[in-house]
Amino acid sequence: MVLLCVIYPLIVAFAGGFSKGKGGGEKITRNGKVVGYAAIGQSFTKPEYFWGRPSAVGYNAAGSAGSNKGPSNPDYLKEVSNRIDTLLKYNPSIKRADIPADMVTASGSGLDPNISEQGAIIQIKRVAAYRKIDEKTVAELVVKNTQGPLLGLFGPSSVNVLKLNLALDELKR
Amino acid sequence: MNTELLGIIATYLLTLVIAIPLGKYLAKVFAGEKVWTDFLKPIESGIYKLSGINPKEEMNWKQHMKALLTINLVWLVYGFFVLMYQDKLPMNPDGNPGMTPDLSFNTIISFVVNCNLQHYSGETGVTYLTQHFVLMFLQFVSCATGIAAAVVLFKAFRDKTSTKLGNFWEFFVKSITRLLLPLSLVMAIILAFNGSPTSYEGKDQFISVQGDTVNVSRGPAAAFIAIKHLGTNGGGWFGANSTHPLENPNYITNMVELIAQVIIPIAMVIAFGIFIRRKRLGWMIFGVMTIGMFLLLIPTVSSELGGSPSIAKMGISQATGAMEGKEVRFGPAISAYWSTVTTIISTGSVNSMHDSTMPLTGAWQLLGMMINSFYGGCGVGVLNYFIYLIIAVFISGLMVGRTPEFLGHKVEAREVKIAALITLLSPFLILAGTAIASYVFTNHGDAAWAVQPKSWLNNPGFHGFSEMLYEVTSSNANNGSGFEGLGDNNVFWNVATGFVLFLGRFLPIIGPIAIAGLLGAKKYIPESAGTLKTDTLTFSLMTFAVIVVLNALSYFPALALGPLAEYFTMLK
Repeated sequence: MVLLCVIYPLIVAFAGGFSKGKGGGEKITRNGKVVGYAAIGQSFTKPEYFWGRPSAVGYNAAGSAGSNKGPSNPDYLKEVSNRIDTLLKYNPSIKRADIPADMVTASGSGLDPNISEQGAIIQIKRVAAYRKIDEKTVAELVVKNTQGPLLGLFGPSSVNVLKLNLALDELKR
Repeated sequence: MNTELLGIIATYLLTLVIAIPLGKYLAKVFAGEKVWTDFLKPIESGIYKLSGINPKEEMNWKQHMKALLTINLVWLVYGFFVLMYQDKLPMNPDGNPGMTPDLSFNTIISFVVNCNLQHYSGETGVTYLTQHFVLMFLQFVSCATGIAAAVVLFKAFRDKTSTKLGNFWEFFVKSITRLLLPLSLVMAIILAFNGSPTSYEGKDQFISVQGDTVNVSRGPAAAFIAIKHLGTNGGGWFGANSTHPLENPNYITNMVELIAQVIIPIAMVIAFGIFIRRKRLGWMIFGVMTIGMFLLLIPTVSSELGGSPSIAKMGISQATGAMEGKEVRFGPAISAYWSTVTTIISTGSVNSMHDSTMPLTGAWQLLGMMINSFYGGCGVGVLNYFIYLIIAVFISGLMVGRTPEFLGHKVEAREVKIAALITLLSPFLILAGTAIASYVFTNHGDAAWAVQPKSWLNNPGFHGFSEMLYEVTSSNANNGSGFEGLGDNNVFWNVATGFVLFLGRFLPIIGPIAIAGLLGAKKYIPESAGTLKTDTLTFSLMTFAVIVVLNALSYFPALALGPLAEYFTMLK
């Protein structure tokens, strides 16, 4: 028991101390202040920021959960439909078929830090307009902040919303 | 070939690359042959000395079961009280409360039986002390219990006639020191360097870019996550399990966790063949299991990649597949792979929310847990498969008109009766459990429990029925995943699933061991031209047919009422 419950986790904790976040999770700081964890999504609702995915727990990282809504649940389908309307309202230039599923469905943890590349692309026009900057600059930022598949071979590509938004704020200065 | 499917193929191939040598290594370890980890011997003898065990003492199958049940009972009582009074114990930086008696009852059984059903939520329901000294401890020992039990079965068929089946404690200790602990250490360190937290600090607080104050639950999770997968336990550190970005930070950790949960179950099958000196049989079993897995995997992946028909009707692009309850960094393909793997072996961890998967996917997940032996859990997968083998031997014996034999031992009425009872147990527990739950839901909706039965279900209609069916099936299979929309933290579910968990674990361990013990003690009959060979393709097909027929007969009506009905209504 001592071996399993004390020695083993302590070795791991010791080794973890050498990792990026010193074992406490990787933090992102701006002007010396912690503004978030790289891995944990946070809520972005203002139009001048890129939005993340809908969250079943409102991005409250003291808990975590998905919506657990079944695919045939009528209330759930209505909710999705409302999300689509909101997206269309704020991004009048896009069509329904442009919207990727991840932007209108809740993630499993409620803390998903990423959106798909397409999810970012449909927001470029809006963000650029609110910030009064060139669309091209924003588009370049999106490309820069897109993480491709692992080794270019395995898995999907994704965009970290927090990092992308911080890079946006960086532009102004 | 797109990158998401390539990810699945790479993950499965890597699994085999690790699991096959591991199986060879395990066969040597348990046979007492020389292996490179023998430098750990002093630690083991230290443990034997401390606990006053003589590892050389040979046991028969009854003594084995006595040792197994005794130690499990001790853990049960110990954990029950620690969980209830965890709020008064140290190492509770987040100030979480103690558990109610029924929740504690459920939680402790569920961890003792290697299920990890988790009616609590990791961030708020347990403390760092109970996470380590109760839950993680049990993740190690419950897995080691399963492996040790399987080795007893191996032992029964190694020699021609034998009642001496080795020492339970020796198998148990070796499973931990030679297998679980070293692998966990490696894996935990990989996880730590990819962003899983390891420190003992409590919740953190920060102010987000938009000015919201956010609390972040953390804790020494990496060590826990490693054994959770290696031991096919599946209980997460955080409530959202491996969908949580700190529990499963990126695609690499996702692959590592996926590989980790499958290697021991596969290795045990390979080890079985080598250990009893019938490699061909081992490979045949592996073949049947693998085919079974792919038959569940392929439709699952295709159903998830197809996306939700209801969302498609709204004109939304589902280029990669269904996304509700899934994480962008993994994508639907590997999430579907995970959902198959986690249900056929009894892990039950999730990297996407099963409640939100497509109806047919739900059916495959349920079926995986009902069969529960396409690889199966640590040790117990082989035990479950063994029952199917005995039934197959019996039926084919009847068909060709010979006395059924298995590996040179006559299979007689007593053994077949035990096998039949164990086969009937699962459908009985699953169907009766679901029936009682449905009855309570419809007729006693106002019962004054923590969650009233009428508000149990998060989804209406057929899907709601699936939620209840899934919960009972998952308990019986000692799986631990759930359609988590179900309001399960109340007296009814805690107690009911507690009993299902208990019976669904120990009877399917005792049964096969009893059969093996009885068979092993019988006189060895040398193989002749009239022997029914068990390591042929024909017999493997026969076993596969037995598995399919038994499960189809038992569960088709229930599946038709739940996921299949939902599927057909969505087609409209």
